[in-house]
Amino acid sequence: MSDLLRVTPSGLYCEEGDFYIDPWRPVERAVVTHAHSDHARPGSKRYLCASSCASFVRLRCGQDAAISCLEFGECRSINGVKLSLHPAGHILGSAQVRVEHRGEVWVVTGDYKTEPDPTVEAFELVRCHTLITECTFGLPVYRWPEAQAEFERINAWWSANQSAGRTSVLMGYSLGKAQRLLAGVDAGLGPIFAHGAVLGPTQAYRDQGIRLPPVRPVSEAPLDVEWSRALVVAPPGAEATPWMRRFRESATAFASGWMAVRGIKRRRGVERGFVISDHVDWPALMDVVSAAGASRVLTTHGYSAVVAKHLSERGLNAAPLETQFRGEAEEEGV
Amino acid sequence: MKRFVRLFEALDGTTATKEKIALLRAYFEEAEPEDAAWAVWLLSGNKPRGSANRTRLAAWAGEEAGIAAWLFDECRSAVGDFAETIALLLPKVDGSSTGSSLAENACKIESLAVLDESGQRQVVTEAWRCMDGAERLVFNKLVTGSFRVGVSRDLVVRGLSEALGVPRDEIAHRLMGDWRPTAAFFASLTDGTTAPLDRPYPFCLAHPIAGDPADLGLIESWQAEWKWDGIRAQVIRRNGATAIWSRGEELVTDRYPEIERASRLLPDGCVLDGELLPWAAGAPMPFNQLQRRIGRKTVGAKLLAEVPVVLMAYDLLESDGEDRRHLPLSERRDRLAAVVNEAGHPFLLSPTVEAPSWEDLRTLQQTALGRGAEGLMLKRLDSPYGVGRRKGAWWKWKLQPRSVDAVLMYALRGSGSRASLFTDYAFGVWKGHELVTIAKAYSGLTNAEIREVDAFIRANTLEKIGPARTVPPELVFEIGFEGIQKSTRHKSGFAVRFPRILRWRRDKRPEDADTIETVAALFEPLE
Repeated sequence: MSDLLRVTPSGLYCEEGDFYIDPWRPVERAVVTHAHSDHARPGSKRYLCASSCASFVRLRCGQDAAISCLEFGECRSINGVKLSLHPAGHILGSAQVRVEHRGEVWVVTGDYKTEPDPTVEAFELVRCHTLITECTFGLPVYRWPEAQAEFERINAWWSANQSAGRTSVLMGYSLGKAQRLLAGVDAGLGPIFAHGAVLGPTQAYRDQGIRLPPVRPVSEAPLDVEWSRALVVAPPGAEATPWMRRFRESATAFASGWMAVRGIKRRRGVERGFVISDHVDWPALMDVVSAAGASRVLTTHGYSAVVAKHLSERGLNAAPLETQFRGEAEEEGV
Repeated sequence: MKRFVRLFEALDGTTATKEKIALLRAYFEEAEPEDAAWAVWLLSGNKPRGSANRTRLAAWAGEEAGIAAWLFDECRSAVGDFAETIALLLPKVDGSSTGSSLAENACKIESLAVLDESGQRQVVTEAWRCMDGAERLVFNKLVTGSFRVGVSRDLVVRGLSEALGVPRDEIAHRLMGDWRPTAAFFASLTDGTTAPLDRPYPFCLAHPIAGDPADLGLIESWQAEWKWDGIRAQVIRRNGATAIWSRGEELVTDRYPEIERASRLLPDGCVLDGELLPWAAGAPMPFNQLQRRIGRKTVGAKLLAEVPVVLMAYDLLESDGEDRRHLPLSERRDRLAAVVNEAGHPFLLSPTVEAPSWEDLRTLQQTALGRGAEGLMLKRLDSPYGVGRRKGAWWKWKLQPRSVDAVLMYALRGSGSRASLFTDYAFGVWKGHELVTIAKAYSGLTNAEIREVDAFIRANTLEKIGPARTVPPELVFEIGFEGIQKSTRHKSGFAVRFPRILRWRRDKRPEDADTIETVAALFEPLE
C-alpha cells in the first residue's frame, strides 16, 4: 500500500484526499498548520485551517483568499479521507493535522511545543500510526529552561536597563513570539511599545480574547517619551536599522531557542539572549514521539537526519522526510 | 564557584574597562582568599596544572547524557565549543548544586594529573553531578585548559589594587614570577611578605613614538640607546643563586647557561634588565640565529659555540638587595656601568648614542639596521624605572617598521605535502578587547615550529567553521610585509601586502600584540 502522505514538488500531498499540507507552491486545496510565512503561502485556490488561525492566514494570503475553517477536534471528510486539526501550541491557531484513511492514522505536527503558553491553545497529544514531526531543535543540547524563570530574567534585564538609562529593545518574531513576550513580561515595570510589524498580530490576538498588556506603537510615541523606562518589542529585522536610532542608548536582546547556545549568540553578535522558544526541545520531542505510539516516524525541518538516526538506533522505524522547508534556520534570526 | 561563574559571565558581558575593574574589585573584596587567589591565577591566563583529554571527556559526557558518540559529535559541531557542548548535554541536577568552591574545583582538576583514566573519570563525573549548567561550562573550560576571559593582566592588577588598597605597581610586582594560588599568597598581595627569592620586577615598557622626537624637548634630558633585537630579560642574582626571566615571564635560566655561569661574578642582591642577544665578533648575529636556541630546554655544546649569547644590559633594578627603581635613570646607569664592567663578558653595557641635536640623532638612527639594531630607545635621564607600558618617560623610535606582532586566530590545512597539517594561518591585532584579522600568512616557520603550532591548534580548537579552526588567542607572531592597504575583506579595515611570518614571538603574551591603532599609524607613511 502506498503512503497516505508523500512529498511532491508542490509539497506534502495526500493523494486519496487530493489535498496538500503547507504546500510551497500554489495548489487546489491547501491545509495550513499555521500562518508563518514558510507554511502559509499565497496563491492556492482554497485554504483550510483552524478557526483561530484564519485571520492570520488572511493577512498572509490575501483578503480574497478562499478560507474555510475547522474547530479543533472537528472532523471533515475530504474525498473519503477523515481530516481533523488539533492544537500544536506553537502560535495562536497553530494545528497538527490528523489524517485517517481505512483505519490508518497519520499526524503532521507542523511546528509545535508542549510547554504551557497562555497565548496559545495547549498542545494536544494525538496517537497515530505514522508521525511526521518537526525537528528544528532536534539535538540533545536543546533543553529549555522554565519559561517563567526566563521571563524573570527578562524583567530583571529591563529593570537594570531602566537604572542604567537604556531603552530595552526585545527582539522576537512578530507573529507569535512577540505576543508571548508581551504576555510574559511584568507590565508593571514600565510602558511597553511595539514596532509596527508587531501591532497587527497583537490586535488579532486581542480580538480572539487573548489577554495582553497595553502596547503603544513606537511611531506614535510622544516627543517627550522617556525611552529609558520603556520596553520595546520588535522583530529581529529591526536590529541595526535607522529605526533604532530614536532610542539613543539602548540595550538589545533576542528571545529565541537558539539563544541557548553561546556560540550562536556570539556569531550573531547578540548582546543578550533569552531562551524562549515556540518549538519543542529535545526531551519534549522524544516524549511526544514515544507517547504518540507511532510505529513509524518521519522527520522534517532542521535536524531531521539526526533525529531519524537517533530514533532508528532506538528501534523505531524512522527516516527523514525530504522537504523544501528550511525550518527556522539559525541565520534567520527567529 | 558560583561567585566566580557570575564574575566570568559579567566580564564576558561588558567591554567597558571601568565596569570590568568594578566587577573584579567586587569579586576580590567578597571572595574567600583561596578562591580569590585562584581567580587571579586564572584571570592572568594561567591554567590549572592538570587536565583531562577531550576524547575521554566526550565519552564520559556521552554516557552521562545517554547519547551515542556520533550524536555527541553532531552536538559539538552545532554548538562549536567543546566545553559548552558538554555543559548543555549533561543531565540537569536534582535540586540545587552543593556549592563547591572555585579552589576545590581547581584542586580537583590539578589532581587529574596524577590519576589514571578511571580515577579521572570519577573525579570529573562527580564534579559534574553537583554543578549547574553555568558552573559546568566554566569547569569544563578549566578542565580542557581552554578557559579565557577578556581581561588583561593590567585590569586584574587594577581590580586587585582597588580591592586591597595596595598601589598598582606593588600589586604588579607581587604578581611577578612563580607563585601558586593559595590563601597565603593572596594574603601576601596585601602585606607584601613571603616574596619568592627569584621574583622579577615588572618590566618597564616603551610606547612607539608617534610624532617628531624633537618635540620631546631638550636632547640633553634624554638618553638614547640602540634598540636591540633579541629577547628582553631580567637576570636576578640573589642569595648565591641566579634566575633569568624572559619578558613573557618564563623562567629561562637553563636555556642560557653561559649567562647563568657568568652571573656568579655579579654582586649578590643584584637585578639587571637587558636583552639576550646572539653575539659574535663584537656584533649581534641575526635574530634567526637566536631562534635556534629559543625553543630548547637544554642547549648542546655545538649550538652554544655556534650561537653564543650575551646580555646587553640596559638597566639596574636592584643592588645590594635594595630596590633601586625609584632612582633616576642617570644614577641607575652609573651603578649599572660599575656592575657590568666588573663582571665583564658576556655582560655588556648597552652603549648610549650621543648626538648634539635631534637632527644628528636622526641621522644616527638611520644607521641602526647596519648595526644590527631596530632603531633607538629614548629614555628620560631623570625617570624612575616604571611598571608596564606608561607614556612619557620611555619611547621606542624604530626604523620605519615593516612588521606587526599579531595573534593567531584561526588556521586551515595546508595543501600538497602539508595537507595533513594546519599551516595556513590568519592573524589579528587588537581593537579594544577584540581581535580583528589583519593578515593571512603561510610561510616563515621551520618544520619543527609548524608541527608545534599544528599540535597547539588540534589541542585547542574552539570552533570548527567550515575548514577553519579557531583557537584561543595565545600565540603571537611577528608578521613582516611590504606595505599596508585599506581592505574591506579584513575586519580590521586594513590588509598587509605580501605578509610572511618573521618569527614566533614566544616571549610575548597575546596582550602584547599590536593594536589596530598601531597598524593605522603605519598606514599613512607607507602609501
